[in-house]
Amino acid sequence: MRYLPLTPDNRAEMLSTIGVSSIDDLFVDVPPTARRAGLVDLPIHMGELEVERELLELAGRNRSAGQGPFFCGAGAYKHHVPASVDHLIQRSEFLTSYTPYQPEIAQGTLQVLFEFQTQVAALTGMEVANASLYDGSTATAEAVMMASRITRRNTAVLSPGLHPHYAETVQTLAHAVGMDIKRMPLAIDAEAEVLAHIGSDTACVVVQTPNLFGAATDVTKIAAAAQAAGALLIVVTTEAVSFGLLRSPGEMNADIAVAEGQSIGVGLNYGGPYIGLFACREKYVRQAPGRLCGETVDGEGRRGFVLTLSTREQHIRRDKATSNICTNSGLCALAFTIHMSLLGETGLRKLAALNHQAGRRLAQRMSELPGFEVLTPRYFNEIAVRTPVPAEHLVQLLADHGILGGVPVSRLDPDAGMDDVLLLAATELTRPADIEILARAITRLLSQ
Amino acid sequence: MNSVGRPTRLEGDPANDFLHPTLTGARGLLQDEALIFELGGWDKTGVDLPHAELDASDLGGLVRTDPIGLPGLSEPEAMRHYVRLSQKNHAIDLALYPLGSCTMKHNPRLNEKAARLAGFADVHPLQPISTVQGALALMDRLAHWLKTLTGMPAVALTPKAGAHGELCGLLCIRAAHEANGEGQRKTVLTPTSAHGTNPATAAFVGYTVQEIAQTPDGRVDLDDLADKLGPHVAAIMVTNPNTCGLFERDVVEIARLTHAVGAYFYCDGANFNAIVGRVRPGDLGVDAMHINLHKTFSTPHGGGGPGAGPVVLSEALAKHAPTPWVVHGLDGFELVERAEGAAESAFGRMCAFHGQMGMFVRAYAYMLSHGADGLRQVAEDAVLNANYLKVLLSAEMSPAFPNGPCMHEALFDDAWLDGTGITTLDFAKAMIDEGFHPMTMYFPLVVHGAMLIEPTETEPKVELDRFANALLQLAKAAKAGDIERFKGAPFHAPLRRLDETQAARKPRLRWTRTETPKLAAE
Repeated sequence: MRYLPLTPDNRAEMLSTIGVSSIDDLFVDVPPTARRAGLVDLPIHMGELEVERELLELAGRNRSAGQGPFFCGAGAYKHHVPASVDHLIQRSEFLTSYTPYQPEIAQGTLQVLFEFQTQVAALTGMEVANASLYDGSTATAEAVMMASRITRRNTAVLSPGLHPHYAETVQTLAHAVGMDIKRMPLAIDAEAEVLAHIGSDTACVVVQTPNLFGAATDVTKIAAAAQAAGALLIVVTTEAVSFGLLRSPGEMNADIAVAEGQSIGVGLNYGGPYIGLFACREKYVRQAPGRLCGETVDGEGRRGFVLTLSTREQHIRRDKATSNICTNSGLCALAFTIHMSLLGETGLRKLAALNHQAGRRLAQRMSELPGFEVLTPRYFNEIAVRTPVPAEHLVQLLADHGILGGVPVSRLDPDAGMDDVLLLAATELTRPADIEILARAITRLLSQ
Repeated sequence: MNSVGRPTRLEGDPANDFLHPTLTGARGLLQDEALIFELGGWDKTGVDLPHAELDASDLGGLVRTDPIGLPGLSEPEAMRHYVRLSQKNHAIDLALYPLGSCTMKHNPRLNEKAARLAGFADVHPLQPISTVQGALALMDRLAHWLKTLTGMPAVALTPKAGAHGELCGLLCIRAAHEANGEGQRKTVLTPTSAHGTNPATAAFVGYTVQEIAQTPDGRVDLDDLADKLGPHVAAIMVTNPNTCGLFERDVVEIARLTHAVGAYFYCDGANFNAIVGRVRPGDLGVDAMHINLHKTFSTPHGGGGPGAGPVVLSEALAKHAPTPWVVHGLDGFELVERAEGAAESAFGRMCAFHGQMGMFVRAYAYMLSHGADGLRQVAEDAVLNANYLKVLLSAEMSPAFPNGPCMHEALFDDAWLDGTGITTLDFAKAMIDEGFHPMTMYFPLVVHGAMLIEPTETEPKVELDRFANALLQLAKAAKAGDIERFKGAPFHAPLRRLDETQAARKPRLRWTRTETPKLAAE
């Protein structure tokens, strides 16, 4: 077995050093009824080439985003990642290290986390950021719990533009802690409805921008109303590239900003691993979930970094911790940081402009199709389109013809009454020709 | 003496290299590397993008105008910056990394290659089901392996890490109690030696945590457990093998007592690597157990994640598992995404999509590579290596539980340091100077000055011997009063001991433009 270094001679010698006669003597504490003499009913070991063959076969049964025109978004976006990012995250010292519990020999990871926190704080326009959470949806749920701790209130108002999977993730956790979640039917613009639900028992209001339908939203009015009622405003962003063009959550007075960071450096990965970005006002940091990296000095006065404010965390506070989080998304944070460092402000702004440009092209072309209507008034790179046939049907037809033509809203929420609404995203990877192929395929397929 | 018999220090020369700081702050190959915010250019980029026509007129007042504050680097600068930083990390690829309970084992690169196949890495989570049949098949096969290895009928794949798996397991348990009209059960029992995530998770979902006492031989105290069990108890959370590195001999009785009062047995499966292929938790009466794919099945830890924490479930809990999950349909695999119909008892959703697909691919590749025979060997070699170190190190150090074998990790206390003035922390920092990552320190809490050593099965005997020799020499030095070696350590790491108190007192959690960079070179 190529991954197991001990030889039969080693094993015999070591058993003898230990003073036992067989390996079974080391498993004597297992109850006799639970000791399994033989092998479990699974195949035996395989060589590298056989394993690779099986996985290639499985991978080959999936259609990858790069194989043809691609327009899926709704919380995960296909962007180009520079080759150097993946090379760097595969450095042994990053890939095969643990959470930086011994800071003297983990300065690489720690300095990256400090850079990451600074970048995330800058992007979201917030004062502080943590060292990442699992993904955008769990970060949203953690933010709601945090708001409840801070305000000592029990109700959260979720905007109708929040991704339904995010809302369900929040609801699942909220149910467990006895919080009351106010959810409204999906809608592209529902500022008035959100405002009407804010009350004296509201712990937080959760608003997504750009929202599920791609709508870029000015949340300042909701922020003011929430804060006037003693509640916090949580702003959710699922397309992190939008930070390069749109006003940041911080500029719009968010108290907590969470985001899915997958767009920068991480890739699609069929839904995971992703990376949750979490930022907030400094005054709330001691209620924040997850790891925090802070600057300090070593015994010779040199700058260094450590995990800090651990007294919030499970390994110190146990049942009094702010969250049960232990592992987060360290390697994805590294990928994010490297990609962001390569982009810099210049690159990010240009990337965002390219995305917006692609979105405009897409919206323009869709609006020309008979029976189609672009529903999103102001968007970044994603739009909701009304389709003349059920969107799910259209998406399947397109897929059968080699086009991954977006996400039907009914897939995310069948009860929304939006069977004819399709979400389409475009990025810097979407060529004008791809949009043309999509438009012509739709015309052809619907005329048949 | 070093490995070729040369003295490592000149006789009578107390000098350590920190007494002779270099002029640049570098130490040989180790560069004193500034932050990206001090190095990068505010108008520099390492990515050449096509020309963009920015027409944001449609966005009105939503356009960001203020500077964001993100410096950029060209590609050569970025490579250098992050490679230099990487060199300040310890890693399993460099040397033994004996963090007990964390399981730092070799990460096969085949698994990295497989996870990067476009058919896995470049697939969107909401593509039509007909275009992701290979992904669903892989999830189905992974589920089959996990269920077979644990002897459990069901598995929830979506939890994103071990602690997330604990959350998932407790939410299943809570849903089952609520469905049975037993929502009054609000207490979770957990041993004093439990991982911090156990009580944190229980409290997070609104349970009250009560501790179970431990016997002198490091196991759950059955009498105390029986006293504390009752109709108010929702579940017990017990790690097995436990955090003392010991198998809970009475685990079957623990399960029986728990079930007798209508509570569920949640097993923390962080240490499943010690028994995989030899013991099935399903045979022990477990109702739910998370499996850290990054521990037992060797997906890389990556400096703190991403992990993956699928939860195997008993028949009683299976129907409450969170969506989504994979089922066999008429035309191939299907994905159940909504809690309705056959899934109406699902407690909800753990996260936006389907879990850590990238980790599933790696773990499945690992399983295929090892097979039923190799996985059993994994457990045996992990336990053999730990017992071997326990015996060797017991020559100078005091094992917390000297009688009987340990499982995959060996636990020592600090009794052997009595009178030396040296603490577990000092000893750990001195290990850094000798080229090893310290063991897990001060955990579990039930043992004074705990040192929890887990070598894993991927260490060759020669590395175990090298490690044991280093620790035995250090132990002798400690007992001989060579106190400076410990109190000042580490001397040879990229940095000396860091001031954690200062970091917490006035937290500096981000770089700010106003500060003057403290670069030794300038």
